[in-house]
Formats: sequence, structure tokens, C-alpha cells
Amino acid sequence: MDGSITLPSATARTPSAALDRVRQAAEAICIPVVALLAAMIVFGVFMLLVGKNPFEVYALIYKGGFSSAFAWQNTMQRAAPLILTALCVALPAQAGLIVIGAEGALVLGGLAAAVAGHALAGGSPVSVQIAMAAAAMVVGGGWIAIAGVLRHYRGVNETISSLLLTYIAIALFNHFVEGPLRDPASLNKPSTPPIGEASMVGHLPGMDVHWGLVYGVVLCVCAYFLVRYTIFGFALRIVGGNVRAARLAGLSVGRLVLLSCFLGGAAAGLAGMAEVAAVHGSANASLIAGYGYAGILVSFIARHNPIAITPVALLVGGIAASGGLLQRRLGLPDATVLVLQGIAFMLILAGETLYGRLRIFQPRAH
Amino acid sequence: MDAGALGWWGVLIAVFGGAIRVSTPFLFVSLGECLTERSGRINLGLEGILVMGAMSGYGVAYLSGSPWLGVLVAGIAGLLLGSLHGAVCSLTRVNDIAVGIGLMLLGTGFAFYLGKPFVQPKAPTLPAIHLGDWASSAQVQSALQVNVLFIVGVALAFAMHWAFRNTRWGLVVRMVGDSSDAARAMGYSVNRVRILATAAGGFLAGVGGSFLSLYYPGSWNEGLSSGQGLMAVALVIFARWQPLNCFYAALLFGGAGALGPALQSVGITGGYYLFSAAPYVLTLAIMIATCSTRRNLAGAPGELSVTR
Repeated sequence: MDGSITLPSATARTPSAALDRVRQAAEAICIPVVALLAAMIVFGVFMLLVGKNPFEVYALIYKGGFSSAFAWQNTMQRAAPLILTALCVALPAQAGLIVIGAEGALVLGGLAAAVAGHALAGGSPVSVQIAMAAAAMVVGGGWIAIAGVLRHYRGVNETISSLLLTYIAIALFNHFVEGPLRDPASLNKPSTPPIGEASMVGHLPGMDVHWGLVYGVVLCVCAYFLVRYTIFGFALRIVGGNVRAARLAGLSVGRLVLLSCFLGGAAAGLAGMAEVAAVHGSANASLIAGYGYAGILVSFIARHNPIAITPVALLVGGIAASGGLLQRRLGLPDATVLVLQGIAFMLILAGETLYGRLRIFQPRAH
Repeated sequence: MDAGALGWWGVLIAVFGGAIRVSTPFLFVSLGECLTERSGRINLGLEGILVMGAMSGYGVAYLSGSPWLGVLVAGIAGLLLGSLHGAVCSLTRVNDIAVGIGLMLLGTGFAFYLGKPFVQPKAPTLPAIHLGDWASSAQVQSALQVNVLFIVGVALAFAMHWAFRNTRWGLVVRMVGDSSDAARAMGYSVNRVRILATAAGGFLAGVGGSFLSLYYPGSWNEGLSSGQGLMAVALVIFARWQPLNCFYAALLFGGAGALGPALQSVGITGGYYLFSAAPYVLTLAIMIATCSTRRNLAGAPGELSVTR
């Protein structure tokens, strides 16, 4: 790596170059926002077609997700796992991989946390919680790392393998929760033995939001610095840009691919731990709630930028939080949120084609 | 004759019968995916199309009373979603794998939304052809109940195999998939061929979905599809993009899917959930065995992003 790679800091000295950075940032914000507005229009037309007033629907989404402190707490509660599962997509994406197996890592991570929590019950809460988090992150990370290993050593497409691994993970989870690890006391809803009230992760002071949100936000900031300001992150982005160039530069592509998958999976595993240790108290079928799939959407809207994941997750979480209100007030089925998410996802992806094409956002300094 | 009396033969017959029954959606979806991938694009959204096909087919069959009309409408729903995928992917710099994930979300979302009223009612199902009436065993009889769609699918596999080699359309699709430069030089619009191939693939996946809701398991609910649409993508890779191999692979996957219930019928219930994962494990094992980092897969279309 000689002087041929221009670092951003080297060009940011002149005022016009600084303006170019603003233009770039504006492009990265404006295009997704316009795509989301377009999605709202398309979804509004769909609502009109099924005989609902779209403005009423949007007013309810705002009311249910963002209007009051209560609504915000509900939103943040739902955003917490999404932030972590989105990282499971965003980190491997830096190395050019599309991994969509966060659901599997979350489920198995939650199971590992529940097992560790039950085995260590009675220990000091902090040490039990650390053990639960460690177990969940190792299991979740290892699970997604399988997709990385298969990609690197066997050339198996990581998108397909990670999704197949999710189905296998859910089957394993069901097998253990309804079989060997089932708590005989859980009659109606098969669960693992509870981790005990003492080991539960509490809520943030003065709020009805658990600590999982903080885990997510902190990990996002860490991931941002890792990707942007470390040699590891730089190497990762070279692999994502051009694998052959990375090999020629002497980077160990396999190690980077594996590590990015492991870190992503660890984040998703931690989401499972937070769900178990802060919400359910044991591992049961409630863990399979589709957080992993919603995380894919979050990461793509954020364009795999870790720092953008938190606000996007709050947006998606808020829409999900309003689902109950939509159901009660307008009699809309719970899949309404899915439809809106699907439309938004398609338009965001279609918006990718606009990057670098709108003159207003293009750099002018030379 | 009860299920246990035949012992292990019973398991074998049940797996065989299950293979025929369960393989039909695999067959249609994999043929559709085969056509799409041969044109150089991958559609991961077939899962969403399958669910949408299952819902629309069931809904129309219930409202009109005709299951065949349901099959047609399911195909048309798949055609529309397939063209959407094809059109969005034709924009420059749009990743077809990501659009597929989006379509999966969109298709299941629409299907769950519009399908809510059809969860309870009972729609007329597709008729079965009884090929096993000569047998005295009830198990053999039920194993040999074959649906018309299965026969159509088998015929289609042979037809596609022939068409890829012998018709102008087949050759154009293959050329576009192997080298878009060559296709452009010959004066064909790469995007148009790919949109048409994706739309046709979507039609087949929609029909495959209607089989789920109109024949086996034969009802509509939100847990109807368990990833068949996605497994079909892996299945096509395993089949090396050959329609006839898709047929054999679909039978194999159907058999793997029928293993859990068949073992349950002879009293082996312990690892039910583990056996239910058999098709996924099989898919993964096949991909591990057949993929390689050093060379492109034999028979892979040159333009396909998934094998690069």
C-alpha cells in the first residue's frame, strides 16, 4: 500500500473538498429518505385499495411508535434486538458478504445464555450475566462463522448457507427446548429452566427499557470505529471491495471473512441473551420472533453503516411497536407492518441505482 | 392395516409416497429457478412468491369453487412478483440477491395480509389420481396417490430439458446467461430476456405454491411454507442447472422431508425436530460437497452472481 490510496483526511483540507464531503453525506441521507417517502406513498395507495384511510394509518403509526414517552419506550424495547441483529448483517457486509442468518444466531445464543444462566444460578448477578453474554456471543458467533468458513474454504454462497443454518438452528432450538433441556414445570409453553430472578438484567434507570438497547448502541459505536479507523476495518473493506486486490496486497482474506462473520454472529447472539436475560427469563419459542429478518432490513436501509443502524432500528422498531394499535383501532392484521417493510425494502434497494448519478451530490473539487 | 404393521417397509413406502407428494412444490419452484438462473440472474424471492401463490390460489379456489382457477391465479401472482424482481434488478448497480430478500419479505407480507380471511374456510382441493388401487395395502394405495400437478411438473422438466437444447428461445436464454456480451453482439436485449425468464420462473413458483395450499398439506396458514422456495435455489445448484436433474433432486428432497413424519408413524418420535431439519442439512451437505473455491461449477451459467 503506497501513496496511491488517497485518505479522506488528505483531501479534506481545502474548503471545496470539505463541501464534497457534505455532498457525499447528503447523498447517503437523501436517497434512503426519498425511498422511504416513496414507500409511504406506495403503502398509502395499498391502504386506499383495501379501503383504509392512509393518513389515519400514519397518524396511528406515529401515535403508537413516537408520540409519547410510553410509545418511545416501547419503540426502544423493540429496537434493541434489531440493532444487534442488524450488526450481524452489517459487519460481514464490510467484507462483501450478504449474511442473512441472524435469526439462527439469536435463537442459539439465547439458548446458550439460558443454559449458562441456569447452570450458574446463585452466583453473583454480574458474573452470571457476563457468563451468559459470553456463552451467547461464542455460540452465535461460531454459528455465523460456519457460513464464513464454508464461503472461504468451499466457495458455498454465504447467503444461502446462512439461511439454511437458520432453519437448522431453529430445529435444534425446538429439539432442545422441547426435549433434553425442557423444564418439566413449563406445561403450556415448553421452556428451559428459568435463570432466576436474581440473574435477570434489569431496566435502565427510570425507564421501561432493558439494557439490551445499551449493548446495541455501544456495539454499534465500537463497530463504527472498528470499520472506519482501524487497520482491521480498512483491510475488511478492501476485501469487500475487491477480493483479488486484497489477496495481492497480502491480506489473509480467510481470517478477515471469518472474523467479520464471528463478530456479526456474536452481536446477534447477544441479542438472544438480552431477550432471555431481560425479557423472558428462559429460552422458549418467543425467541423466534423474526428479529433476525427485520435486522436485515435495518442494515440495508442503513447501507451497512454501523452508526446509521441505531436510528434506522428505532424507525423500524417504532413501526413494529405501532402494530398493536393498528390492529385494535383499524382492524388491520399484524402482517400490515410486514407489507410496509417489504415495500420499503424494495424501494430502498431500487434507490441504490441513484448513487453516483445525481449531479447535485457529485464531488466537484479536483 | 395400521402404520406399524409393515415395520421398516412401512417407513420406506411412506418416504417414497411422501417423496412424490412433498416433491411437487420443489419441482415447480426449482424448474422456475432453473429458468431464471439460466438467464444469468438469481431470484431468492421465490420463497415469497411461493407463499403468495399458496395464498392467492387458496383464496381464489375458495371464492370461485374451482381449484384449477386457483392454480392459474397463483401462477399469475407469481408472474407479477417475478416481473417486479426482474424489473428492479434491471436497474444498474442493484444487487439481485438483496432484491430477492426484499421480495421474500414483500411476498410473505402481502400473502399474510391478504390471506387473513382464508385461514379458517375450507377451499376445494385438487383431485388426486389413484395409481395404487391394485394393491391391497392401504399404505401402498395412499403412497401412489399422484396429483395431476406432479405429472405436469415431470412433463415440464422433460420439455424444458428439450427446449434448452432445441428451441430458439432456449438457446437465447442460455446465451444471455452465459455471456451478456455475446447476447448484446447478437442484438438481443439482455434485460428483456432476463425479465421474461424471471417472470416465467415466478409463474412456475406460484403454481408450486398453489400445490401446497390446494393439495398437500391442503390448507392455508402462515406457517405453510418452510423454506421450500429457498431450498429450491440450492437444489438448482445441486442439479447443475439441468431441468431433468431438478426432477431427481426434487424427489430426493421430498423424501428427506417425508422422513420425520414417516419415522413418527412407526413410533420413533424422539428426534422429531432433528428429522424435520433433514432437508436443510441435506441441502447444506450437498452444497459443501459440490461447491469449490478454485473453479466455477460445471454447468453454471457464466453470468450468475451466486457462483462467483
